[in-house]
Amino acid sequence: MSQTEFPLLTLIIFFPLLGVATLLFLNKERKETIRWVTLAVALLEFIFSLPLFFNFRLDTAAMQFVEKAPWIPEYGIHYFLGIDGISLFLVLLTTFLTLVSVMACWADIQEKVKGFMICLFFLETGMIGVFVALDLFLFYVFWEVMLIPMYLLIGVWGNPKRRIYAAVKFFIYTMVGSVLMLVAILVLYFHHGAASGIYTFDLLELYKLQVPFPLQFWLFLAFGLAFAIKVPMFPFHTWLPDAHTEAPTVGSVLLAAVLLKMGTYGFLRFSIPLFPNASYQLVPLVSILAIIGIIYGALVCLVQKDLKRLIAFSSVSHLGFVMLGIFALNVQGIEGGVLQMVNHGFSTGALFLLVGMIYERRHTRMIEDFGGLWKQMPIFAAFFMVVTLSSIGLPGLNGFVGEFLILVGTFKATGVYAVVAATGIILAAAYMLWMYQRVMFGELTKPENKVLKDLSAREILVLCCATVFIFWIGIYPQTFLSRMETSVKSYLVQVNAKYQAGLKLQGEEGGRLAQAASAEVGKK
Amino acid sequence: MNVVIPAINWSSIGPELILSLTAMGLLILNVLANQGAKRAIPYLSLAGIAVAFVFCLRLWGGSEYAFHGMVVVDNYSLFFKIIFLLTAALTVLMSIRYLQEEGFEQGEYYILVLFAAVGMMFMASAADLIIVFLGLETFSLSIYVLAGFFRTQPRSNESSLKYFLLGAFSAGFLLYGIALVYGATGTTELKGIYEFARKINLLTDPLLLIGMGLLIVGFGFKVALVPFHMWTPDVYEGAPTSVTAFMSVGPKAAGFAAFLRVFLYSLSSLQTDYVWVLWVLAVLTMTLGNVVAIAQRNIKRMLAYSSIAHAGYILVAMVAASELGTASVLYYLLAYAFMNLGAFGVVILYGRKGEENLNISDYSGMASKHPLLAAAMAIFMFSLAGIPPTAGFVGKFYIFSAAVKAGYIGLAIIGVLNSALSVYFYLRVTVMMYMRNPEKEFAGLILSPAMAIALIIAVFGTLQMGITPSHYLNLARQSILALM
Repeated sequence: MSQTEFPLLTLIIFFPLLGVATLLFLNKERKETIRWVTLAVALLEFIFSLPLFFNFRLDTAAMQFVEKAPWIPEYGIHYFLGIDGISLFLVLLTTFLTLVSVMACWADIQEKVKGFMICLFFLETGMIGVFVALDLFLFYVFWEVMLIPMYLLIGVWGNPKRRIYAAVKFFIYTMVGSVLMLVAILVLYFHHGAASGIYTFDLLELYKLQVPFPLQFWLFLAFGLAFAIKVPMFPFHTWLPDAHTEAPTVGSVLLAAVLLKMGTYGFLRFSIPLFPNASYQLVPLVSILAIIGIIYGALVCLVQKDLKRLIAFSSVSHLGFVMLGIFALNVQGIEGGVLQMVNHGFSTGALFLLVGMIYERRHTRMIEDFGGLWKQMPIFAAFFMVVTLSSIGLPGLNGFVGEFLILVGTFKATGVYAVVAATGIILAAAYMLWMYQRVMFGELTKPENKVLKDLSAREILVLCCATVFIFWIGIYPQTFLSRMETSVKSYLVQVNAKYQAGLKLQGEEGGRLAQAASAEVGKK
Repeated sequence: MNVVIPAINWSSIGPELILSLTAMGLLILNVLANQGAKRAIPYLSLAGIAVAFVFCLRLWGGSEYAFHGMVVVDNYSLFFKIIFLLTAALTVLMSIRYLQEEGFEQGEYYILVLFAAVGMMFMASAADLIIVFLGLETFSLSIYVLAGFFRTQPRSNESSLKYFLLGAFSAGFLLYGIALVYGATGTTELKGIYEFARKINLLTDPLLLIGMGLLIVGFGFKVALVPFHMWTPDVYEGAPTSVTAFMSVGPKAAGFAAFLRVFLYSLSSLQTDYVWVLWVLAVLTMTLGNVVAIAQRNIKRMLAYSSIAHAGYILVAMVAASELGTASVLYYLLAYAFMNLGAFGVVILYGRKGEENLNISDYSGMASKHPLLAAAMAIFMFSLAGIPPTAGFVGKFYIFSAAVKAGYIGLAIIGVLNSALSVYFYLRVTVMMYMRNPEKEFAGLILSPAMAIALIIAVFGTLQMGITPSHYLNLARQSILALM
């Protein structure tokens, strides 16, 4: 573990709150000033997060940029932060997309601008905290804290008709999952304390604990439920279409690009390494649910009339791939999974931005209201094309690399899963291209569409931010993969070793039970 | 039996004495002084509370029996006394403007609050069941009057009468329980009961068994456990809001102070025999409180059911019974005092004479008109719902961790699911404040400095106990050492 001199992660977590403090002193009527200040803070925040990328050491799998200080020492609770190759890009994704979001909401949000920006900063703090916390208690705190700003973003600035329903559904759905996780965390904590004599929420300490089998299974389910709701995995996905559809554009972008990743990240960081034996045993269950999610999400996309809802359901499908990759439990699968998390952030984020831009102009998201936009908005159409193809997974763009790695990994683990899941890619091409065709091509029949303006310079800048990465990851993924490689490899070694040790223990116990049983029979 | 009469140690009941003397002095002042001097009564009460508070701090760390083993001064009782003093102080601060506006600006109000606090403090330091009963009656009588303080309002009268009848009834249960326990054990001293209970098997002693049952009923009434909660919503709704705030925190904490001392200390050896009763009561209380709260339209009724649910959470910690469990009760009650008093403070401030704004829908659009007040209310609601980084979250965390540690995982799961359920109705207030458009014109707020101070204290306490809970937890842990 390398202890850095400067508390960089702390700065990145709490700098947005400094932004909040600044905003509080601004008059809420001075919207333009508020926007510029927000932009400056978000930009600085992104710049502060860049050293994570450049100073990241490729030769070690240990946690980097570690900070540790006692918080509630009586309970073994620490303020413990650190990142490795798995969380690095999620942090960068968060700071980058928050910056993009601030630019994207410039014209969209006209009411209560100050409150909106404050929520955005609180959300950023919560999201980054979740990705860098290495103490279970601290993680839980960030995990819950982040609900409040997102709930407000949906509920206050969302679509007037059903925003409250969507916001409350989002909050309660997530809450139910997380409180069960809280009980599981406590059980784990006391079990570890009883087994080792050290009561701690330190994740790295808890990794060392071998949880006995039936308990491991229950704990996995409790953690898994919280994460599965967040991902969201079929059948816990029903909050997602509502939340996505009703949220303001920027809310949808952050929801899709970052919040959903907390679920998959949770599986990677907590469920699998803490409970490897349960994970291995439940691979079929998780994989099948993931595949159902892939196919079901894709099929539902085919019948959507609302652009935003379509993209929301495509997230269910894409995240199914991520889960499948992670639970292949090999290098390709996990690297693909992590990369796909980032990819999905860019491509789905960009899709929501595009839909948001067109919604600002037309105030409708129904596919049937469009058609032939290509003529009217060529720049928009070009961006839309690139992003659509990226979402489908065209070679040369980012989606391809992630999905390819995932399928390779899955194929190595269980061939059938890969074969079935691959049909999801075909369906994805179908629903995305069909959607594109209905919106962009054909005759420009509707008079309202004939007056649409093409993208402004600001909008082009926003979209460029995302497209740069779509090409970069698609053409030269090595920049990203190389930073994951060491971490993922050692991660798998760790998990596997623990799994084998667990098997041995289980075998011994099973043997002892069998012996006892036969002795019993012998007596009779 | 050797009877040792210790020297009468007045200083051991110093805080109670100070408050009593302040109250009596103010009573005289209230009769003799002119209108202008009467205005000073709330501030003089605050001064009395402050002196009593300092006295409590000075007694901290000691542990002694006084008055022939009738009262005990230990950190446990002092921790509770601090909660009562805090509650009384915040109540006084929140009442000043409210009473003026409603036209009931009378010194007796503050004097009764002080007497109620004295009763609660005696209940917390009771080392004898008789003192438990005396303390209980002292504060109950004061609160019966306080609940009916708006004497021209029928609802206030109804509230007072209901509370009086049911309170008297429950006091009867408690007294009968004390009598039976005395019959079984031959003593009313908690220490003596402890010695007795260690040696017996509960099932062979029906007298003690019934006595304990009646004690649970008596305490259950005071802290509003289901099924002894029926009085709560009506009484809370009808009483003046500042009194509701006071009685939702003070008597509950006092009830638990004695409940814990009797059951987790005196009868601790029988814990395995009675724990399932508490288990069932905890589940019923949490679930009914939260489920019924969802259906409420009136914010005072909603907070009444929420206070029932919170008694349920505290009971979960009592089931766990360990050191951790008891400490978490203390921590939780302090946290609860901050957040619940804060929430009622906002309700008081938001109301107007003739336009009380007590429906939850009256909060529509409040955030755009009164952003700071709405933010404070949101903090209290999120804290009551148990969402970090607030006192309510840490409190629940301690309670459920005590339950898990003691092996009551099922109970912990029921508890956290209840807490998820409760999010719905607490969120509804924030939905109204932030997400709905105003349904009517807002009258301007009349924010008195006293109310502002009370709300700032409540917000600060709620957040500080949530962000740096370490110190408070240590205090709670130190406090229960005497009990264990």
